[in-house]
Amino acid sequence: MMQASTVDLLTDTARAAAARRTMAWIAGGLAAAATVAGGWLAPPDELQGDAQRLMYLHVPAAWVAYAAFAVVLAASGAYLIGGDLRWDRFARAAAELGVVLTAAAIGTGSVWGHLVWGTWWAWDPRLVSTALLLLAYAGYLALRRTLAERRGARDGGDHRVARPAAVAGVAGFLLVPVVHFSVVWWRSLHQQATVLAPHRPPIDPRMATALLLAVAAATLAAFCLLLRRVVHLERGLAPEPSPAAERTPAGVG
Amino acid sequence: MRRRAGRVALVVVLLAAGGLLVTGALRDTVTYYRTPGELLDDPGVARHRVRLGGDVVPGSLRHDGDLVVFRLAEGGHEITVEQRGTPPETFREGTGAVVEGTLSSDGVFRSDHVVVRHGNEYRPSSSPAVPVDAG
Repeated sequence: MMQASTVDLLTDTARAAAARRTMAWIAGGLAAAATVAGGWLAPPDELQGDAQRLMYLHVPAAWVAYAAFAVVLAASGAYLIGGDLRWDRFARAAAELGVVLTAAAIGTGSVWGHLVWGTWWAWDPRLVSTALLLLAYAGYLALRRTLAERRGARDGGDHRVARPAAVAGVAGFLLVPVVHFSVVWWRSLHQQATVLAPHRPPIDPRMATALLLAVAAATLAAFCLLLRRVVHLERGLAPEPSPAAERTPAGVG
Repeated sequence: MRRRAGRVALVVVLLAAGGLLVTGALRDTVTYYRTPGELLDDPGVARHRVRLGGDVVPGSLRHDGDLVVFRLAEGGHEITVEQRGTPPETFREGTGAVVEGTLSSDGVFRSDHVVVRHGNEYRPSSSPAVPVDAG
């Protein structure tokens, strides 16, 4: 069911484009609701004041970046198993999203840290591991580009790029749990998770609502961007050489 | 082709291992701050510049010229801190803080940098959940 609707949404037809637009409007509506909830309805935090509202940008950015890297992992795995280059394009599009969102999480976190901790940056496990995560996936994208240029291949349409990239895409995900649990495993300046914590610490319900709205909006918006990007990549690759070349077992390629 | 992919996989694994080693080597990162108990057990550590973390003891905060004096506590141990320079606005009694400096032989930690370490609990500012110390 999910698979069928995903493939439907990915076709370069007017009907699929309309469906993608509808989704984008829903994401926009959620974002507007999150802005109202996070900007006005939620109260300022007792300790942090209005600076705490940066949470409604920072947490969605970080969460969707994790999700994007999970898509890279899943799509890379699916490519390695099935050899379908469409998964390779998914992995590339998701990595691009993830890199931008990780940078956004670091940027918003830096402003938040300046306002509440009193420092823009600290050599703390969470911050350092997040910077490594950004470097790892920027390196993944650089690897794809280098391979495509060296081998005269089209990125997203060639097994000679897709295979090594898929291996890197799977390996890179090792860093995600390190980043997420860095605040539990090591002493950190960064606070621990609230919503994803096993015993959820107190959070004002209005704050929690604003946060969930913001996360939902960001997740759906990122999904729309991912689909658009994959369609765009496929348009750039057209005309396809032949349907047979599109699908060969990865082990042979 | 296969050899090439294998080589790339090896490079990736080496990079990942290297990354973990680098994080391991960055002891200052993995142990972002020391606790008062650790510094009191081994004062030699604090001859060099270190970070000390703990909660600002309620009632201990006072201003002395351009010095801010308070005690940091964690796990039943306390160290008096003399901070030169203004702490961030969010700095207050009862919340966490990490200071950077050295432990003098008189047992006072002299720092020139303080950051606030807040928890993962979020409450509206009007709620009287935590009594604010009048001092």
